[in-house]
Amino acid sequence: MEEARRVAAAVVDPEVPVLTIDDLGVLRDVRLEGGTIVVTLTPTYSGCPAIDQMRDDVLLSLTAEGFGDVRVDFTLSPAWTTDWMSEAGKAKLEEYGIAPPTHRAGERSGPIPLSLGVQCPRCRSLRTREVSRFGSTACKSHFECLACLEPFDHFKVH
Amino acid sequence: MNAQLNDAELAESAKATEAAPATTRRDAASIAALHDAEAADVHVSVDDVDLAAELTGADASTTASPDVAEYAMRLGDDALILSQRLGWWISRAPELEEDMALANIALDLLGHARSLLHYAGTATGRSEDDLAYWRDEHEFRCAWLFEQPNGDFAHTIARGLIAAIYMQELYTALSASTDASLAAIAAKSVKEVAYHRDHAVQWTLRLAGGTEESRARMLVALTDTWPYIDELFRDDELHERLGDVAPLPSSLRAGFDEVWSAVLAEAEIAERDYVNPKVGHSSGGGRFGNHSTHLGPILAEMQVLARRHPGATW
Repeated sequence: MEEARRVAAAVVDPEVPVLTIDDLGVLRDVRLEGGTIVVTLTPTYSGCPAIDQMRDDVLLSLTAEGFGDVRVDFTLSPAWTTDWMSEAGKAKLEEYGIAPPTHRAGERSGPIPLSLGVQCPRCRSLRTREVSRFGSTACKSHFECLACLEPFDHFKVH
Repeated sequence: MNAQLNDAELAESAKATEAAPATTRRDAASIAALHDAEAADVHVSVDDVDLAAELTGADASTTASPDVAEYAMRLGDDALILSQRLGWWISRAPELEEDMALANIALDLLGHARSLLHYAGTATGRSEDDLAYWRDEHEFRCAWLFEQPNGDFAHTIARGLIAAIYMQELYTALSASTDASLAAIAAKSVKEVAYHRDHAVQWTLRLAGGTEESRARMLVALTDTWPYIDELFRDDELHERLGDVAPLPSSLRAGFDEVWSAVLAEAEIAERDYVNPKVGHSSGGGRFGNHSTHLGPILAEMQVLARRHPGATW
């Protein structure tokens, strides 16, 4: 079981390949049911097309490691949040050139919207501007840095 | 629903390629793993996985009752048809950022439709694709708002504003459903719809406060679209039977009106600017399969491939 969990946790996100599905918080559970390894995943956004690829990759990785009987289940509840992203994952994102989520999702729920500065992953400046709430994938928004003038993706707090 | 996904995915991957050419969908190690698996003759392969059995609610084994299925189909059809409409904008939006925004919104809605229609299908042993591709016009349950044509950009924004405010009120209330699957889908969807609402509000303010031309178009769009609001909030016998499973549509109206009024006040638009007293509310029989003339053509386009080539995959 430990081995199965280790293998499943090492599968990477096909759209942000520096993150594992464990870093991302998409891997919810690995358990043994009878003789079957059951892996539970949750999609980031409802329409995320990467989830099919993640399922395939989990099946292939575990099969390649000799686990013959594998099933991947999906769950929507509880709904995925960037709060589940590991600190290691956030550091890897930034190194890759994507600004990680700036704060916990729960902190934004009150009547006063909280908007923290997003730091440019290249020059570290906080002088940045949101260009569009919607970026190259569902989970990211599009920013530009006013200091170094580079565009960059920001992993949205969700 | 693969046809839609593919369009959105294509648009997305085309853009992703510009930004990060080094990103590949499947790395060498996983291809090697596939080959190894085949060599070892292990019986698990990707093809064995039933695509239709993918996205489920809280519990994959749950079967919806006929009433719950009918309700889930209404919501699923709203999301599916609006998603299909928005897909048209891909590569045609006024600017690149907007192209991506509308594609992202369409993709979220398609995800909601898949979850809802999958759940609806459990009552009759049909898959989400069976429901999307093999029902005829009178079997669809979407409200007329979602069938309305894209019009100009202002019309798309006006329709999107009404849809997003309504969906946010609906999914917030539905998160407390006594039906665990509906509650899970609603709790997931409401977080995404919040972005859609922000997007529509920002554009409403920008168009209303922009040039004379943009304001005039926004007012025409609101005038053309407001008659379809009322249908969203009509109660019928299904809601009475569902009890605590789903909120009464009429109970969502106050929350909708509050947000709607606040947005239009900010945009300096008064009710007399878009409500024409000579035009009443639409009769809107979408929940019972009586549709506007706009649904047929969009279904023909959405369904033709699946019907001409049953079982085709790509």
